[in-house]
Amino acid sequence: MSFNIVVLAKQVPDTRNVGKDAMKADGTVNRSALAAIYNPEDLNALEQALRLKSKIGDATVQVLTMGPARAAEIIRESMYRGADGGFLLSGREFAGSDTLATSYALAAAIRKMGKVDLILSGRQAIDGDTAQVGPQVAEKLGFPQITYAEEIIDLDKDSITVRRRLERGVEIVRGPLPILVTVNGSAAPCRPRHAKLTLKYKNAKTISEQQTSSSDYTDTYHTYIIPEWGAGDIEHEPQWLGLSGSPTKVKQIENVVFTAKESKQLTAVDADIEELMKELIANHTIG
Amino acid sequence: MNYFNNNPALKFQLSHPLMQKIVSLREQNFSEKDLFDYAPKDFEDAIDNYERVLEIVGEIAADIIAPNAESVDKEGPQVINNRVKYARGTQENHDALTQAGLYGMTLPRQYGGLNFPLTPYVMSGELVSRADAGFANIWGLQDCAETIAEFADEETKKEFLPRVCEGATCSMDLTEPDAGSDLQAVQLKATFNEHDGIWYLNGVKRFITNGDAQIKLVLARSEEGSADARGLSYFVADNNFDHTIKVRRIENKLGIKGSPTCELVFSNTPARLVGTRRMGLIKYVMSLMNGARLGVGAQSVGVSQAAYEEALAYARDRKQFGKAIIEFPAVYEMLSIIKAKLDASRALLYETARFVDVYKAYEALEATRKLTPEERSEYKEYQKLADAFTPILKMFSSEYANQNAYDSIQVHGGSGFMKDYACERIYRDARILTIYEGTSQLQTVAAIRHVTTGNYLKQIRFYQQQPISSEFSSLRKRLESMTTLFENAVNRVNESKNAEYIDFQARRLVEIAGHIIMCYLLLTDATRNDMFKKSAEIYLKFAEVEVRKHATFIKHFEVEQIDRYRIN
Repeated sequence: MSFNIVVLAKQVPDTRNVGKDAMKADGTVNRSALAAIYNPEDLNALEQALRLKSKIGDATVQVLTMGPARAAEIIRESMYRGADGGFLLSGREFAGSDTLATSYALAAAIRKMGKVDLILSGRQAIDGDTAQVGPQVAEKLGFPQITYAEEIIDLDKDSITVRRRLERGVEIVRGPLPILVTVNGSAAPCRPRHAKLTLKYKNAKTISEQQTSSSDYTDTYHTYIIPEWGAGDIEHEPQWLGLSGSPTKVKQIENVVFTAKESKQLTAVDADIEELMKELIANHTIG
Repeated sequence: MNYFNNNPALKFQLSHPLMQKIVSLREQNFSEKDLFDYAPKDFEDAIDNYERVLEIVGEIAADIIAPNAESVDKEGPQVINNRVKYARGTQENHDALTQAGLYGMTLPRQYGGLNFPLTPYVMSGELVSRADAGFANIWGLQDCAETIAEFADEETKKEFLPRVCEGATCSMDLTEPDAGSDLQAVQLKATFNEHDGIWYLNGVKRFITNGDAQIKLVLARSEEGSADARGLSYFVADNNFDHTIKVRRIENKLGIKGSPTCELVFSNTPARLVGTRRMGLIKYVMSLMNGARLGVGAQSVGVSQAAYEEALAYARDRKQFGKAIIEFPAVYEMLSIIKAKLDASRALLYETARFVDVYKAYEALEATRKLTPEERSEYKEYQKLADAFTPILKMFSSEYANQNAYDSIQVHGGSGFMKDYACERIYRDARILTIYEGTSQLQTVAAIRHVTTGNYLKQIRFYQQQPISSEFSSLRKRLESMTTLFENAVNRVNESKNAEYIDFQARRLVEIAGHIIMCYLLLTDATRNDMFKKSAEIYLKFAEVEVRKHATFIKHFEVEQIDRYRIN
């Protein structure tokens, strides 16, 4: 029987390339000023899913994303890289969701997807940096969870073995299936888009995208419909969705200016130096 | 970062009016749209496909290949047990492009290719080369598969082409210790074994780029006792098959260090004949080389772009005498000239690619049905243009890549001489471009007949008739006087009826033609898009002086004066 993997992915503003209009006066992120990208650690999660798929053979990788209509791009991007398909969870009812309401909605959507053996997600999204959604989804579904995964080392019919990247080293753990695993940015980078898959799925659209598309005829060639679910499609209690289901309130946002320099100790081995170089390049201190 | 999306000049080239013809010839009424879910349904869909795939190339080039370039240059490939092991970064680059399904870009879909025309494929070469010119060879050698697709029998195509699409590497094994520019002297022996009906190769090849590739196209002497080109045939050998091909050593080179240049020993290597016997050099290698020259054109433009980017970034950043050095006339003029040469060589690159595209498409069509007389004459016309433009492209773009790399270091001052900046690697990588796939001197030999027969002049007259924006009319006037100088110089040299004298002045005449052609291309480009306005004007000012310099030299030169240059 086929092994079903679900990847949770989020479309986020590209906070790595921030311009001067990045924040609004009220301290929230000005999404319109930043390019919308695939959350980087979710791409790491997708790569782990695709590796498992090619290892197992009989496996499907479905991507689930919640967001506005344009978040369908996340599903397409995933299919360009080898995912079998995905679902867009979208609608006014979800607007204003914090991590609690988001995980409530995602968990409900996953229940609707039927048998799921493994859920993978990025450790955290670069817009909120909470790292809460993955773990909360696991809680709501009653799944065990493994966080900070760097590599899925092994998988058999009832367990998964994962290497976790922790502050002071690595840890190898095994957990039962079904399970949710959050993947760290230090995991293997996601494979590039595949040329033929990109051309094949470039016209994959949700029904609402097709309706608003400018082309005046229905394109019958190479069309793939991305399923789009609204609140009505998932089992839910209205008070747990969107703003009403979100206890998080932003009280105040402050600009923090570092006064003391953080220090870091390195040993003289090449690997440490290389790590530091990578870190400095990644946070744009150099390069 | 994305090298395709961030460079509007590339999308501009894909929007050229001739693309309509190229796409419709290539896709034959889009008949494959029902057979392959990645085939385009119309012209716009096809162009969109090219852009999307080039976006993937542009991303891999910027995010993977470029960051690897420095370590690849330092580490280089190694020979272990007569096999080549790529530098770590080289392997990573190749794996990423393979994983993205990008190899076999121009091959027919039935063999797993994307069936793209050459123009977008050439663009991919430019993108990869901007990231790492040495790696561009490994990427570009997929050209070899083109000759298999064109000339091999069905069985050979089925055996090798799908493998190329899955990332099997290729090499073209032509040169030998005593056969470099003069390929007629090739000695590697091909013997047909009557018992098993297989050809076997024996001998040595030298200076073979990517020599330990999985699929090898080999030029070999199949006719015992022959001594010239007519004794040479073209073979394909499978290097995965056994260990009959040994890498004796790899060269220690000035640049493009990631690209392994091998000396190879063939001992009883089984091989398949491609096409007809005795046509190896005359037909197939000529076709292969023309493709490779276009490839070096793309590589050169990529290098020029990289040199420009490095120089520009440094000049903006570096402050001396209280301001960024880009504000000094001596520096900004240098940068503008680099940019003008870059834009001129890119214009020539894609013009040539389009000519090759049209004629190759007709050639492929001719294999399936008889061409109408109009189609046939157009086929011949574009073939002539491709023949005429390929050598000037190869010569100019590679010379400009070198000049630009040189100036890029100059902009960096003392820092540019240090290993700390990419410009020194770019400078070393550029140096081979004017040498391999035919030196600039050999490109002149290929180009001069198009000067003496008037092919360039005819095309210049064609460009002269093209509508341009009225603001450029005074520039066109100047181009018309340059054209008169060209005609006078050609007549003067032709009148000598002295072959050696024509050879002596050939480089100058070919350069004059090339300058005028590039000026016209930039004027038409600038008419279509403002972004080329500056370069059109700056290049014309630069070219005008070059043309006058050469014209003056020829005008004041008497045939017998060449004796003074001869060294005994």
